[in-house]
Amino acid sequence: MNTRIPMIAAGALLATPLSVAQAEDSYDAPEGWPAPMAEHNMAMALFDRLEYAVPDKGHEALVWDFQAWYGGDVNRVYLKSEGENVQGDGEDAEFESLELLYSRLIADFWELQGGIGYQGGVFSDDHAERGYGVIGLQGVMPYGIETDLALQVSDDGDVSASLEGEYDLRLTQRLYLQPRTEIAVAASEVEEFGVGEGLNSVQFGLRLGYEVTRRFAPYVGAYWEKQYGDTADIARHHGDPTEDTGVVAGVSLGL
Amino acid sequence: MTSSSVSTYGISRRQLLKTGAVLGVGSTALGLQPAWAVSWGQSSIYAKGIEEGPELALAIRRESILVDGKEARPISINGTSPGPMIRLKEGQDAVLRVTNLLDEPTSIHWHGLILPAGQDGVPGVSFAGIEPGETFTYRFPVRQNGTYWYHSHSGLQEQLGHAGPLIIDAAERESFRYDREHVLLLTDWTYEDPMAVFRNLKTAEGYYNFQERTIADFFADVREKGFAATSEMRGMWAKMRMSSRDIADVTGSTYTYLVNGHSPGENWTALFKAGERIRLRVINGSAMSYFDVRIPGLKMTVVAADGQPVQPVPVDEFRIAVAETYDVLVAPEDDTAYTIFAEAMDRSGYARATLASREGMEAELPERRKIADRGMEAMGAHDMEAMDHSEMEGMDHSDDMEGMDHSDMDMEGMDHSKMEGMGDFGDREPGDGDDEAGMLAPGEAQPGSRYDQAGIGIDPDGRRILVYRDLKAFAPWPDRRSPGRELELRLTGNMERYMWSFDGKKFSEVTGPIHFEKDERLRLILVNETMMEHPIHLHGMWMELENGQGELIPRKHTLNVKPGERVSALITADAEGSWAFHCHLLYHMDAGMFRVVKVS
Repeated sequence: MNTRIPMIAAGALLATPLSVAQAEDSYDAPEGWPAPMAEHNMAMALFDRLEYAVPDKGHEALVWDFQAWYGGDVNRVYLKSEGENVQGDGEDAEFESLELLYSRLIADFWELQGGIGYQGGVFSDDHAERGYGVIGLQGVMPYGIETDLALQVSDDGDVSASLEGEYDLRLTQRLYLQPRTEIAVAASEVEEFGVGEGLNSVQFGLRLGYEVTRRFAPYVGAYWEKQYGDTADIARHHGDPTEDTGVVAGVSLGL
Repeated sequence: MTSSSVSTYGISRRQLLKTGAVLGVGSTALGLQPAWAVSWGQSSIYAKGIEEGPELALAIRRESILVDGKEARPISINGTSPGPMIRLKEGQDAVLRVTNLLDEPTSIHWHGLILPAGQDGVPGVSFAGIEPGETFTYRFPVRQNGTYWYHSHSGLQEQLGHAGPLIIDAAERESFRYDREHVLLLTDWTYEDPMAVFRNLKTAEGYYNFQERTIADFFADVREKGFAATSEMRGMWAKMRMSSRDIADVTGSTYTYLVNGHSPGENWTALFKAGERIRLRVINGSAMSYFDVRIPGLKMTVVAADGQPVQPVPVDEFRIAVAETYDVLVAPEDDTAYTIFAEAMDRSGYARATLASREGMEAELPERRKIADRGMEAMGAHDMEAMDHSEMEGMDHSDDMEGMDHSDMDMEGMDHSKMEGMGDFGDREPGDGDDEAGMLAPGEAQPGSRYDQAGIGIDPDGRRILVYRDLKAFAPWPDRRSPGRELELRLTGNMERYMWSFDGKKFSEVTGPIHFEKDERLRLILVNETMMEHPIHLHGMWMELENGQGELIPRKHTLNVKPGERVSALITADAEGSWAFHCHLLYHMDAGMFRVVKVS
């Protein structure tokens, strides 16, 4: 597949003007009068997870799941990143994803997002690198399940998809239990990135958090993850476990 | 003026002079002394001082003043926050000079006053606003009387205490008598920056709600009502991605609720002598908070709503929407103290004052009530497609309803009449049927209205709660024409994004004003498709609320529209010019629930 296709798609999405021309309520107010109601753009940054993971078999790691956005109610720019720094492997941290997205509200609870992404080392060549185009749907499903579904096409034309879902079960006004799942699939094998064809991996986690404030919640949790098919074979080949459990401690931090 | 009014005025006049003397010293020499630490505030008709018309000057500043004993930076008007009471007299030509000593533009809107469009004080609609350092002189003839208020219409300034009472004495004898009067201005104060509050609402749904349903509520309901009914109800709410505890967007978790600028702990005291009949002018000058007002031990007689006289309604409690005013009479017989208790609608806090025969007395605080869960009346309108038809039918079924009533909700308020109302609503498609066949007669209540209910979380429990149906004018209003047309507006929103709008369009998205033909008589129909209450305010013209009282429907400047409700009002479009029309919840307005009405 031509590498340019995803890039063009992503570029086209990004090029869509971020602030659509605001229609004026055209009553004849004299020149120089202010608009009676101002439209405010907002900015928001959130480490949904910033945690230290201690797996049973694999290596300990510092893991982040970050997103930030700027914009209005309908049009926004997102910066999203997930990654980890595996401890004691002598390598720098790695972006599993670093994405710049244009996002548009298409339904009450859903944003359509598209843009470009990068996978590879953070400030280093320790990890294999690739760029990709991404299109996704982020929102809240009925029953309040927060969902992020994304389709990626790499610069080599490799197609993969991921689905993340999480749900907050309120135990008290500040204590919550958060089941969380992540599923990755791919259309083709990319050994360099440990990606096999078909179902790659499933992860399920459960975190118990306490909202000290609405924007600061320390938590502890546990997870289970398993790799499947070709992906598992690749992992086995590298001597990595294909199924693991672990515990985490971290914070959810809004800025 | 009647003899009784004169005597009333006499009392307040003496107090006024005393007040003036103290204020003269107080605002200059005492400087940092908070106004409510001065005892004059306790016996004067209004604690924050009085500015008497027809000519007066107001200076707007941002300054350090203590609120509830803590350092705060409110906006002050002539040195107090909330501002002084403005007293005008019907028939005067008011000349109000407003000087802006802020470092940003400001404005004052005279809420509920019928005046020329250029004097209405909405930047961008009636005038350019008042720039820093500038003085704007408002001039208008005072052609009405009653209890009103004033506030900034610039940005979020109202949240900073930029508001005050506006009382207009009647030129002719009023329909009721009283010996003494007190103003009770209810406000909600936050030490947070209002823009930070807005951002929290925009970026984190439920940010201020610390009364969400928890797993414990679920199990309590299961124990009480059974698993099936509980899970069915919770399932419906979850499916809609809504919270049945979403009653107030901004709550007591950040707000300190104030009476005349005083916190519950400071307990502002209004004095009386036993046997007197006292007029309480209650104004909800809050940014976001509805209150339920009661005085345990005293019956209140409602005699005016939104400044306009109504036939007396004796009540034990009344709900006051944001921006509404009610005048009530009370007649305490004993030399004792009574608590004036204004509980926030979501029960997350309260404002409190004391009515006492001497300073320092106080009465017990009533027991706090628990937050209610919204019921199906809120769901009904919001998201029909979220519920399939069979569920809807289940809802209309009175057996099921009864199950719901007792099972899930602490909603004694959800009585049988409400269910019937809902049935009606469910049957009715917007804009269908009888409208085509012919409009309802003037004054008749719209199907889907719930004027016989006070709203969420009030349990009458044998007590008398004021409802819109009770409001009845003394005589028909001057324009007795039938409406020439109907204009239907839907109140819409997206809670997740905190977007609020009319007909699904925020102010920034609409392409023109709502047009009223000069001198036409029209019916405005408001259909609330959200699950929040909205106090809808039309500037410049009265809205005659069609609450089923025929020719004697009351007229109001602010209409509370409950979730799922369909409310109508008759309007005579006699006020030429451009006027603001909006939800008076400050952050709803700022989020886009605002339109311009142009009369031409």
